Amino acid sequence: MNNSIAKEKIISLRKKRSLEDMRFKYYGFTAMCLSLAVLVFLLYTIFSKGYTAFQKTIVLLEVDYNQEVLKLTPDSSDEDMEKGKFFRVKKQAIENFFPDLSKSDIKLVKKLFSINVDKEIKDYFLDNPEVINTKQQIWVTAHSDVDQLLKGNSRRDVPEDRRKLNDIQLSYVDQLVEENRVKQVFNNFFFTKADSRHPEIAGVAGSFMGSLFTLFTVFILSFPIAIGASVYLEEFAPKNRITELIEVNISNLAAVPSIVFGLLGLGVLLNVFGLPRSTPLVGGSVLALMTLPTIIIACRASLKAVPPSIKEGALAVGATKTQAVFHHVVPLALPGTLTGTIIGLAQALGETAPLIMIGMIAFIPNIPTGLTEPSAALPVQIYLWVESAERGFQEKSAAAIMVILIFLFMMNAIAVFLRNRFERKW
Amino acid sequence: MFFWSLVLIAVGIFSSFIYGRSRIKLNSKKQGTKSKSLPNYYAQYVLMWCLFPALIVYFSWAIFQEQIIQNIVISNFEFIEGAVYNEGLLLAEIRNVANNPSFADGKSIEIINAASHYSSLRQISQISFYTSIIIIMLLGALYASQKLKPEFHAQHTIEKYIQYVLIFCSSVAIFTTIGIVFSLIFESLRFFAEVSIFEFLFSTEWYPFIPIREGQTAAEGSFGAVPIFAGTFLVMVVAMCVAVPLGLLTAIYLAEYASQRVRKIVKPLLEILAGIPTIVYGFFAFVSVAPFVKAFGQSIGIDASPTSALAAGMVMGVMIIPFISSLSDDVINSVPQSLREASLGIGANKAETIKKVILPAALPGIVGAFLLAISRAIGETMIVVVAAGTAPNLTGNPFENVTTVTVQIVVALIGDQEFDNPRTLSAFALGLVLFVITLFLNIIALQIVKRYRERYE
Repeated sequence: MNNSIAKEKIISLRKKRSLEDMRFKYYGFTAMCLSLAVLVFLLYTIFSKGYTAFQKTIVLLEVDYNQEVLKLTPDSSDEDMEKGKFFRVKKQAIENFFPDLSKSDIKLVKKLFSINVDKEIKDYFLDNPEVINTKQQIWVTAHSDVDQLLKGNSRRDVPEDRRKLNDIQLSYVDQLVEENRVKQVFNNFFFTKADSRHPEIAGVAGSFMGSLFTLFTVFILSFPIAIGASVYLEEFAPKNRITELIEVNISNLAAVPSIVFGLLGLGVLLNVFGLPRSTPLVGGSVLALMTLPTIIIACRASLKAVPPSIKEGALAVGATKTQAVFHHVVPLALPGTLTGTIIGLAQALGETAPLIMIGMIAFIPNIPTGLTEPSAALPVQIYLWVESAERGFQEKSAAAIMVILIFLFMMNAIAVFLRNRFERKW
Repeated sequence: MFFWSLVLIAVGIFSSFIYGRSRIKLNSKKQGTKSKSLPNYYAQYVLMWCLFPALIVYFSWAIFQEQIIQNIVISNFEFIEGAVYNEGLLLAEIRNVANNPSFADGKSIEIINAASHYSSLRQISQISFYTSIIIIMLLGALYASQKLKPEFHAQHTIEKYIQYVLIFCSSVAIFTTIGIVFSLIFESLRFFAEVSIFEFLFSTEWYPFIPIREGQTAAEGSFGAVPIFAGTFLVMVVAMCVAVPLGLLTAIYLAEYASQRVRKIVKPLLEILAGIPTIVYGFFAFVSVAPFVKAFGQSIGIDASPTSALAAGMVMGVMIIPFISSLSDDVINSVPQSLREASLGIGANKAETIKKVILPAALPGIVGAFLLAISRAIGETMIVVVAAGTAPNLTGNPFENVTTVTVQIVVALIGDQEFDNPRTLSAFALGLVLFVITLFLNIIALQIVKRYRERYE
């Protein structure tokens, strides 16, 4: 009797215990799925907010290139053409955009067009000078407010005073849609233009080039220094206090917050050495110092992976230690060091805070062409656009995030490719 | 300018290499003896004597040229009696006029004079830069070529030089640390000369009023950093509340339960999460999580700020998940298999083995991982800059708006960076605090992890 009670107790206890086991496993599984779900949600958010930025809205505008309005003649020289009164042509075109516009309505209609329209009208004419004294139907860029409205990013149902476009403007936009005088096309500006105050003509080309120049500086500085340091620490360094100090320094630097490196750049590179502010040269130097520990750790791992027999073989046939290391060990470790460097560069590409500290946050409306020119960088550009109150910049920031993620993905793919293609298993 | 000088240096070292090679061959033929080392080593010797002096000249020019020129221009500037000048603005104006003659319209005569002085100095500097590079390369080659005799052990010397270069490379880490410590301490001392250290560390009022112009402040600022530290702490706690359970449970699942296939898929995905730039998390917090937190707060009757500690902390927690999970994964995997087998052998099931045997055994390592994660959370900048507030607020309510150390550093240094007011300098004092705390956490964490590893190896 007693025995069976005990048995039942044991069985129920075992059941409870195995239930507990199941539950614990389930917790772990849920945690993992939650983490991955956040990743999916994050990518979804970025895509859903950003894909519209790859399109822009254009409006059909009838432009009358009248020679009297332009103050040009058909046989004007190219220089004179440049100086044509295109703003008057534009003004006329907008006045005749809808029939019978009153003066106040013209003002409202004008706000439907991008500030870039003047230039588009001019460029069209300079490309086709034969259109003088004819009426041309040209597709020109719409204002960001129209663009956002048609993409569904800004809503119509909010009260008029909280909208960018008032009711009259909305009715004009609707009329345009009805008459098929507005359409959406691929937004080439996003890839060919630098930052701008106007969302419809802001692009990532400037900050992309800035990031490339910055990464170039990082690579030039950190790759040789990292290889030198890791070769020394791995192959030559005597076991003493100084070597230990260096190792402790490297592992601590790897965990110093990036913003502190920004303060270093500001305090030393800008204030003491007087290097030019806001430039890829300074940004790249700071990021190089920041990524150096990462790259050194990766380089040392790949040097360690080369079997000692290779070096010993070289030493045995009479090579000096320097020869053995530089002729045999380093070339074999090179793919691994390159992989580590690319991963370090990927880390540098996404870093924002140090660049803000050294002033790469300035508004730069043109595309940089050198290391010592003020420029923006992709992550800082994203920050500027996220912080901007203008609605049109939000989709731009998400799209710029897509660009930076694709860039990062490609760098990692190259690193994996290098590792698989060249790394030898011993 | 500096690009062409690099080309010049490249040409110089190339020709010095060729010269060294042919010269030693000629010399050994003349003496009829074989040289002690291969000809390439002599060539490298000449090359190094060309390259390093040239690089020194190059960098000293790059670093000091602008400063020296500016000092000369300023010291020769014809200041008008009684007028107030801002040196930085003045210099910017002079440079603008010098680089762009079209800006000269409407500028005063002193500035135009100074601009022409500036450009003439630049020209002199450029010419002397090129000549000194050429001269120093020739001198280096000349010195080296005297040594190009067959009995000279070029290889030994070269290998010694290579050692020096390698030692220099590895000491960059030390220089960086020294640079960080000195720049932080130096600027912080300037800050503490104006603001007492006790006020900074213990007062709860942070109103850094910005001076309008030199020697004139709108009001006395007060720099009590306690609300900032409290905000940082609050955001960090929220982040750890998200990251610790999710990260640790994920690590346990991956290390103990998951099949090889699941591990192979999930680990790279977590690495993606770790590789996403923090500004992207900031965007995510700003666009998705903050509105959600606000709506959630309203639904339970709390008025949540759009820049709440909760939103920033939660997203920061997500950022730290892969960090904790990969570190804990390593730690759990390094618990010896024999412990697991012994526990399973006496009849414990998997959950019991994990809870009663593996986690206690791995505890020091996991604590180390948590400390590293805390130091990451404290030093994280972009998420809080975008998603947390800028106004200091001493509160424990995560739905309210708080600010953090990193946010205040960014706020103090964005825009005009004149180093003459405590507002700007406060960034360095905050940076010093941040650096000391993270360094402290890292040293403890690394020590714990190291001791833990030693136990099982």
